[in-house]
Parts: sequence; C-alpha cells; structure tokens
Amino acid sequence: MSAIYTLGIDVGSTASKCIILKDGEEIVAKSLIDVGAGTSGPQRAIDTVLANADMTREEMDFVLATGYGRNSLMGLADKQMSELSCHARGASFLFPEVHTVIDIGGQDVKVLHIENGTMTNFQMNDKCAAGTGRFLDVMARVLEVKVEDLGRLGAMSQKTVGISSTCTVFAESEVISQLSMGTDKCDIINGIHRSVASRVTGLVHRIGMVPEVVMTGGVAQNTGVVKALEAELDCPIHTSPLTQYNGALGAALFAWQAACRKSR
Amino acid sequence: MAKQVSPGVLALRKVVEDVYREAREAKERGELVGWSSSKFPCELANAFGLHVVYPENQAAGIAANRYGELLCQAAEDLGYDNDICGYARISLAYAAGKRAARKFDPETGEYIIDPSTGKPMKDADGKAVIDEATGKPKKDPKTQTPYMVLDDLNEIMALPDGVEKERRLAAISPIRQMQMPMPDFVLCCNNICNCMTKWYENIARMHNIPLVMIDIPYNNTVEVDDTYVAYIRGQFDKAIKQLEEISGRKFDEKKFEEACANANRTAKAWLKVCDYLQYKPAPYSGFDLFNHMADVVTARGKVEAAEAFEQLAVDLEETIKKGETTTPFPEKYRVMFEGIPCWPKLPALFKPLKEHGVNVTAVVYAPAFGFVYNNMDEMVRAYCKAPNSVCIEQGVDWREGICRDNKVDGVLVHYNRSCKPWSGYMAEMQRRFTNDLGVPCAGFDGDQADPRNFNAAQYETRVQGLVEAMEANQKAKEA
Repeated sequence: MSAIYTLGIDVGSTASKCIILKDGEEIVAKSLIDVGAGTSGPQRAIDTVLANADMTREEMDFVLATGYGRNSLMGLADKQMSELSCHARGASFLFPEVHTVIDIGGQDVKVLHIENGTMTNFQMNDKCAAGTGRFLDVMARVLEVKVEDLGRLGAMSQKTVGISSTCTVFAESEVISQLSMGTDKCDIINGIHRSVASRVTGLVHRIGMVPEVVMTGGVAQNTGVVKALEAELDCPIHTSPLTQYNGALGAALFAWQAACRKSR
Repeated sequence: MAKQVSPGVLALRKVVEDVYREAREAKERGELVGWSSSKFPCELANAFGLHVVYPENQAAGIAANRYGELLCQAAEDLGYDNDICGYARISLAYAAGKRAARKFDPETGEYIIDPSTGKPMKDADGKAVIDEATGKPKKDPKTQTPYMVLDDLNEIMALPDGVEKERRLAAISPIRQMQMPMPDFVLCCNNICNCMTKWYENIARMHNIPLVMIDIPYNNTVEVDDTYVAYIRGQFDKAIKQLEEISGRKFDEKKFEEACANANRTAKAWLKVCDYLQYKPAPYSGFDLFNHMADVVTARGKVEAAEAFEQLAVDLEETIKKGETTTPFPEKYRVMFEGIPCWPKLPALFKPLKEHGVNVTAVVYAPAFGFVYNNMDEMVRAYCKAPNSVCIEQGVDWREGICRDNKVDGVLVHYNRSCKPWSGYMAEMQRRFTNDLGVPCAGFDGDQADPRNFNAAQYETRVQGLVEAMEANQKAKEA
C-alpha cells in the first residue's frame, strides 16, 4: 500500500504555518512565514512546504486548513477545522498524557481540556489583546528589543516590577513610565511575563487545570512566560520545539484521519 | 417560495402592532401613555386601562433594525457612558428626542440608498443574478434601504411650520419602534436589572413626569422570604395610589382580575410553546421564542396575547404530528443559548449555527417571562423570580432543568457587554454545566444592542470549537 501524505495549514493572525505528514506519523516537511491571514503568507507557506518536501499539491491525499484565516483557503483545502481541535490533536500527538493545553497565539489565548486525545471543553480570552502574542510584540517594540530575546532578558531580572494585565494600551503606558523612571529593562520584561501569566491563569482556572499541562503557540518559545506560568499554576509545563507548528500538526493529523476514511 | 407563516405567528405579530398603534392613537387623542420596564406587574396598569409601551422591546427592535449604534452613540454624546446597557442607551437617546432618520439628498429630493443594504436579486430559478460589471450578486433595489443619520425631534418641532419641518419629520424611520409616543409617566420594576432604576429615573427627570417604582430585592435564597412579600405588597399599594393620581381614576378591581386571568392564560400558553422544544427534532428554533417574547412583554395581560399563544401551540402541535419543523436545516446538535441574542447581528449569529446543523432548543430568558400565580402573594413571588434577581443556585437549577428536558448537547454562552449582572456569574455557571450535565460550553463576547461589541470571526471559531467538542463528546458516549 502506498504512503498517505497529508498537509496541515495553520493560518494564524500573525504567521502561516504548514506541515506535511507521511502516514500520520512522520513529519516530511514544514514551513513558517511570518505573516498570516489576509496576506501572501498562507500561499507562500504552502509553496515553501511543498518545495521543501519536493512534492506537489496533487500528491497530497488530504489538505486541512485551520486558524483564524482557515476560511480563506476554501478552494485549496479539502476541509476547515477550528484551531481549537487542531491544537488539542497536535499537543496530544506530541504529549500523549496531556489533559490541559494552553495556547497563546498572536491574538488569542485558548485553554483546552483534553480527554483521551480529544478536546472536550475549552475557554478563550475575551475581545482583548492583553496576554496574547500581540501584547508581547507591542511591549518588545516599546522596549526596543527583539521579541525572541524577551525570555533571555527577563531571566536576568533582579527586582519585581508590577505591570497591569488588564489592557495592552495601559500596560504600554506603564512600561513607558517605568522606562522614564530608569527601571531596568530586564525587570520590566519579567513584570510583563508575570502579567501575561496572571491573565492566562484566570482562563486556566475557569476550565480547571488537570496535569499534564502543555503550552503551544509562538509564545511558548518565550521561556520567561513559561516559567511565570509554571509559578502561577504551581505545575510543570511541557513545551516542544514544534510549538509554533502545533496547530498545523493537528490539522495534518486530522487530514490523515480523513484521508484514511476516504481510502476505505 | 416565500416562507409560510403560521396563523399563531401572524396573530402574535398583530398583537404587538396593535399595542403600539393603540398607544400612538391614544396619544393623538390626548390620552396618557406610559413607558414600562418589561417585568413591571402590567396587571396594575391594565386595571386602570392605561396605554403602556415598552422601551426594552423598543430598543431590541431598534437594534435588530440596525439603528442601535446610531442611538447608542447619541446617548454617549449626551454623556452616558458606553459601559451602560445598550437598551438603556438607546432608550435614553430616544427619550431625549434623538431619532434615526433616512438620509435625504436635497438635490434629487430623494433618500440616499445605502448600497450595502438589500437582498440578492434572484432569477426565475431562484438563483442569484450576477452583475457582469462587478462579478458580484446584484441587489434587489426593492429591498435596499437609505443610509440612516441622526436627527433630533425637539429641534424639528422648534422649526416653523413648512417644507423643511415636514421633510425632516417624514425622514424619521417609519418602523414602529421609531414612532413610539413619548411618555407621560414611567413604570419601573428592577427585578430584571438594577440599571433599570437609574435609567427610568433619568427618563422621569428628563420629561418631568411621575415614576412608579417597584423595588424587588435580590433573592439570596431559592424561596422568596415572607418579609420580601410584605415589602413588595406595600409597594403595590403605593403604586395603585400613584396610578389613581396619574390617571384620575379609581382602581378597577374587575379589570385587575381580568388582567390577572389573561396574564396567567398567556403565561400557561407561552410555557406550553416553550416546552415544545423538548421534541427531537424540535419543531422550531429557540431563536423564534426570542421573536415571540415581544408579545409576552408587551401584552401578557391582554386576552388577544393569550389567544395568539394558544393558537401558536395548536399550530406547533400540528407541526409535530406531521413530523415537520420550521428550522431551516436538519438538526444535528441541540444547544442551550444563554443570554439575550445580539439583535443587531442576528444573521451573523445564525450563520455558523446553520452551517453546522446546530439548533437552539433551550433558552432561559424566554420561559423566565412565564408567570403563573393564583393570588396576590403568589403574584408577588412570581415577580421576584427573574434571571437577574435570583441566586446562582436557583439560576443553575432553572438552566440545568431546561437543558435536561430539552436534551442539549452543548451550551453557547453570550457574555453580554450590556448585561454585567447576567454575564458576571456565567463563568461559574459554565463550570457547573460541564460538571453536572457533561456537555461542553463555549462563551463568546457580544452585546444585545451595540454592534461594536461583537466580532463575527471570533464567534465563528468558538461555535466551530463547540461543534467539534460536541462531536467528540457524542463519539465518546457512543464508544
């Protein structure tokens, strides 16, 4: 029997990610473009992943799109699913014992409850960017540091600085006033991480935290946020080098399921 | 083919139209017209034969007709904060004379059509006609409506008689909610919400008119305490005296008893209609119940409302016998919709539900208006039980009962920016629903009247997530 190839595409608000899976197990190729829904990002991510795998769209047995911009790929993808289920599936593939997934994306925060590898309930943030990846982008810009350096810099903090978690705009003003008072950037960054953690913890408690806890999405690469969350939740949090691809991985896994059903 | 409307629904539509028409005519004759909160004991006003209209019902209609944002902003311009309930803002703007008016072009002498409005034009086969120039579906000009702008009735009335005055009066939207007569007195009962008290005080002060207030204390226990009953009965006595002074008539015991009998008959028929949602598949959608709520609010003390609901119950009985439903899609999942709908965004609210075969088969807001009682004390107790005046234990019990009876697979919770008391305890309720009923819950942000607080893309993701969780739940149960 020939191998089944499936493509998962996660069109987020700030990035487009793709993964090609072979037989629902082996990652053949992946791609990430730093722009998301409504841009050239999704198509570029698809072109790149196909080029990386040296394959064509026609060779894909099933293509499944997820993420905020999933419906923009109606003609290209065979099916659309919410990023909620895809993150749950991706995290369960990477960490089979997972019961709670915290996904911090570009514009939203999701907390998923998982039973036997399937999402059974979820909570999402309200219409507010505080606690999301966009919040960290804004803060990094004000602090004149790269967002990928936030984790390293925050780890050098010597002092606790409180930053509000209720509003991105107000938090930005607080950061500016801390900077004007001469507060060390590392301390401010640490305060920002704790602010994100405090915001997300509220959502986790709403749904009820059950270990094992996995964090996914781009923000999981920020060790400062992960540590702050571990402290707030008093629980270890697992992350993966594939964290940013987790939604696309879940989509490719669902695509594999669909392809198997189709071939029966 | 045009959607067939049942005799019961037609009768219900007429009942509401009549309430507003009769109030307009009464005002023209120089008679008094009152504004009342939705859960004020209408039986008291009915006993005096007073004409009463309902700002909450009006605000919902204005919002559903997409004028909510215009009037909410007008209220904000008057100094009312945008954190205040959207219904209150719409009502306060209206009370201050603000009106949604059709935009007029003095050069052509016609109203300026908003190109974004209207339904797609269909050919003889019912297919959308495509505009060759744009490649998009053509709009049926008959369904297109003009741009809406804000006007001020007080400013218009101060104009000298003439063409300009007539033109501006004619431009005010002809929908009945925009033609509601101004109040001569207000009737306020804060069982439905506490914002109501200040809202009605403001209207009373704005127009220098009497306010009849019934204060219902929050019920910390499931049973209504006897001291509450005594406190509220005292207020009923005072309200009767006030209404005697306002109307210049004596309290008519016979009319009062008639109104009570009608209100009970309406409530029983209404609850019967609500209960038909227990059938699987449901003969109609819970969203239809929201539409019929206008009758329960505006006319529950009238015999016509009771008769119309009884007719609707007969219609539904027939629908069930035939195995039919008015829901325009096959019912795959059944959910409870928690809270008031986002009236300005009903199509956006409905779209993903239809796409995924999700029927709303349970709502708590609708049956909450079914008051049944046998005497004055019981009437007081009935008016003490409103969604925002009962403790969480009672609230959970009501909802879980409806969820079980109506066999829901999930719960969709509207975190309504206009209604903090209602939305505030929803996080805890969601936890209880999941634990007690074993069904997934999804919450979304929105607003009952202000469209600025709703985001369709975020809502769609949450609905799709809920559907996927319900599907997983069903599979797990089957396994």
